[in-house]
Amino acid sequence: MDSLNPFPSRKIGPTMDYLDVLEHRTIYILREAFNRIDRPAILWSLGKDSNAMLWMVRKAFFGYVPMPAVHIDTGKKFPEMYAFRERFAREWGLDLKVGGCPPVEEMDPTLPPAARSAARKTAGLKLMLEREKFGGLIAGIRRDEEGTRAKERVFSPRGEENKWDFRDQPPEFWDQFKTDFPPGTHLRVHPILHWTEIDIWRYIQREGIPVVDLYFAKNGKRYRSLGDQDITFPVDSTASTLDEIIAELKRTKVAERSGRAMDHESEDAFERLRADGYL
Amino acid sequence: MNDVLGEAILALTPDSHPPLKIVMVGHVDHGKSTVIGRLFHDTGSLPEGKVEAIKAMCDRRGMPFEWAFLMDALKAERDQGITIDVSYIHFRTGQRECVLIDAPGHREFLKNMVSGAAQADAAVLVVDANEGVQEQTRRHAYLLHLLGIRQVVVAVNKMDLVGFDEGRFLTVTAEVKHYLADLGLDTLHTLIVPVSAREGDNVVTPSASMPWYDGPTLERSLDSLHPPPTSSDLPLRFPIQDVYKFDDRRILAGRIESGHLRVGDQLLFSPTNKTARVASIEVWNTDEPVLAARAGQSVGITLDEPIFIERGQVASQTFNAPMLTSVFRGRVFWLGHKPMLPGNRYKLKLNTAEHLVEVQEIERVVDVSDLGKSAADRVERNSVAEVVLRSRGLMSLDPFEVNLHTGRFVLVEDFDIVGGGLISMDGYADQRPGQVQKATNIFRVAHRVPTEDRWAANRHKSGILWMTGLSGAGKSTLAFTLEQYLFRKGYQVYVLDGDNVRHGLCADLGFSPEDRVENIRRVGQAAALFAHAGFLVITSFISPYRSDRDRVRALAPEDFHEIFIDADLEACEKRDPKGLYAKARRGEITDFTGISAPYERPILPEMRVDTTQHSVEDCVALLADYVTSRFGL
Repeated sequence: MDSLNPFPSRKIGPTMDYLDVLEHRTIYILREAFNRIDRPAILWSLGKDSNAMLWMVRKAFFGYVPMPAVHIDTGKKFPEMYAFRERFAREWGLDLKVGGCPPVEEMDPTLPPAARSAARKTAGLKLMLEREKFGGLIAGIRRDEEGTRAKERVFSPRGEENKWDFRDQPPEFWDQFKTDFPPGTHLRVHPILHWTEIDIWRYIQREGIPVVDLYFAKNGKRYRSLGDQDITFPVDSTASTLDEIIAELKRTKVAERSGRAMDHESEDAFERLRADGYL
Repeated sequence: MNDVLGEAILALTPDSHPPLKIVMVGHVDHGKSTVIGRLFHDTGSLPEGKVEAIKAMCDRRGMPFEWAFLMDALKAERDQGITIDVSYIHFRTGQRECVLIDAPGHREFLKNMVSGAAQADAAVLVVDANEGVQEQTRRHAYLLHLLGIRQVVVAVNKMDLVGFDEGRFLTVTAEVKHYLADLGLDTLHTLIVPVSAREGDNVVTPSASMPWYDGPTLERSLDSLHPPPTSSDLPLRFPIQDVYKFDDRRILAGRIESGHLRVGDQLLFSPTNKTARVASIEVWNTDEPVLAARAGQSVGITLDEPIFIERGQVASQTFNAPMLTSVFRGRVFWLGHKPMLPGNRYKLKLNTAEHLVEVQEIERVVDVSDLGKSAADRVERNSVAEVVLRSRGLMSLDPFEVNLHTGRFVLVEDFDIVGGGLISMDGYADQRPGQVQKATNIFRVAHRVPTEDRWAANRHKSGILWMTGLSGAGKSTLAFTLEQYLFRKGYQVYVLDGDNVRHGLCADLGFSPEDRVENIRRVGQAAALFAHAGFLVITSFISPYRSDRDRVRALAPEDFHEIFIDADLEACEKRDPKGLYAKARRGEITDFTGISAPYERPILPEMRVDTTQHSVEDCVALLADYVTSRFGL
């Protein structure tokens, strides 16, 4: 009977494991976004999440990345990140669009310092959107990262000025997303919203996805989350391999974004950033 | 400060299973928050110091320890002041990782509930031991059912307030089971746990105060739940999401909603009825060829033949295909700010397909507190109703009870999703063209007598007067009276009557939707032959489905005259010449048109005769005038 086994392949085995379930849902969302959005683009922050997402884009589209990859560059990223960008933009055949950001002096002065600095990224994103007229952006945020992100929808419409109205979000169920909009609406699509930090690392390990070296511990420190050099800080860690990172995440008591200064300056700083269009 | 939640999440070890998604529902003040707080605490899912902080807060206010504060405090931190929408909070039982989907809010409950709970694997229904089943208990249970959640654990809470009394527990248990059974849930396997969330009895720790209870604790009950079974064993449904041509391959992409497919399988595409074989399953970055794929997978395939395929088509095996229909009954929950009205048009989204549909009828609005149904002419926001939706073209679908993935839909109005619903095909037939000619060596032979010559000999044209209407509307009476009148005037005329053909031509058919379709097909064919032979044929059949009448019209489009014999149900039931309505009302006849099966009124009949307004003589006179003007030479 074995020769009649309809499922001879590991990949399409009789059961899908946990990561398969997450992955196949993400692929479904990516294909929905590609089909429904006029001029989509994918945001590539160079971090682990967007690398995993780009990997799944290539799975969804059979090796191709059929939309531009956008990097909003504050000019203050780590050198390792720039090197990573140049290498993999080439290796993965990306149509890379790099967008600059206005100086911090032009940002809302009532924001706390780190949030004000982070706001440059939102401004840079808006400039990019105006220039390229993207109908929607695919972004690799996750629900477990942070409170306001826990409330996001997979297809999240943005009104005027890219603002997010979290008080009146469209219903979203049975994988039917809001895909009808008046002209001019801008859309954010979140294909890995349902993943957690440890899921991403396990997937990176399983698939062999490259990540920036800064995630691995050197001299007792590593970065959990990568942002601008001046407002991102490493955490104490000895995890220098994928196995060790996964083991660390199983026992850690520290939140993922604890090293991101703008999340913690004041109670509502991050919420204000997000309502204004920050990822 | 997000550390609290971060910690709760990160302390967990994901295993090979996805976390079980649980939604917690229940009537206000029945202790949902307390159950959640106690569950989190006793399973060790809470950060250190949290309980002490709540205790200090309660001491300051001079009140006893309040578990509900814990949930509020967790949420407040997580939400940073926004308690608007759905949140996801991870915790862990002894056995598994869980995600609690918390859909707060009473005002926008339905919207939040569908956005959160629609993806839950199971629900915990909290019921106060003292108050028993209340309005919201019923409402929430009903919505769970509507959303397709079939696994429910019931926590009968506040057992401490009823003295841990077994009798009271059994009373509430019976109440709950009664309602759940009415919904059609399997109450045999529903776990009902007596708990005191405040005291911690039977939440995680077995209760010493309820020695009469030997069932599982709430935590153990959660461990007994399963993620919903995959739909791999159902027939294949592969809705096409997109067609890619990035290189020389033409790849059909989509998610297999149920069943599985293999390289070499013959696929049938609906609604086009085209077939082709799976040439390959395309996968990026793999060494070994993939030969099969199954439910839940987002895949891409190529075909052996270049047939036309587009988004929205559904691939299946050639047997066990989805139903094709232009009409179905939907049980909808309505989220629109504007009410749903008969005649309104919406965009229907069913998997990847989109159809423009019209609300043909609002059959009834459901009162979820007692499952009572009442007639209504509109569906207001946050209510549930049974409606009939009709589309121009054919939709590929399955009844929800057969396949939940392809048996549910959403409706869109002005860019917004305004409702969702489950599909029922009760009373409607599959419209897939099934009357494929079975014998192939048949050729049409041309007659040597043209129909026009027959008309000249008869001194009138031939054709079909197709009378349709409810039982008791007067079809047979008018048909036979008109036949007699026209015969005396020299017409070649003959009546095909429903009751008569069922003794012969259609003796093998019953009254199921499929049999009704076949009945009308045969009568239509027979009528077309009579018309071809030069006769004026009068048919007298209820012929309740618009699609069937349209199909007969298509057989002889020039000769078909749809005559709507109109009398309302009340009048017909009062007449009841054969005593059939009385029998149907007593439940002795099933599938009775007007009572337990639908009647679809003609939209643009050639003629309408209202038998409640005119006598038989007047009606026959009207019909005779019509015949003279249309069939006279």
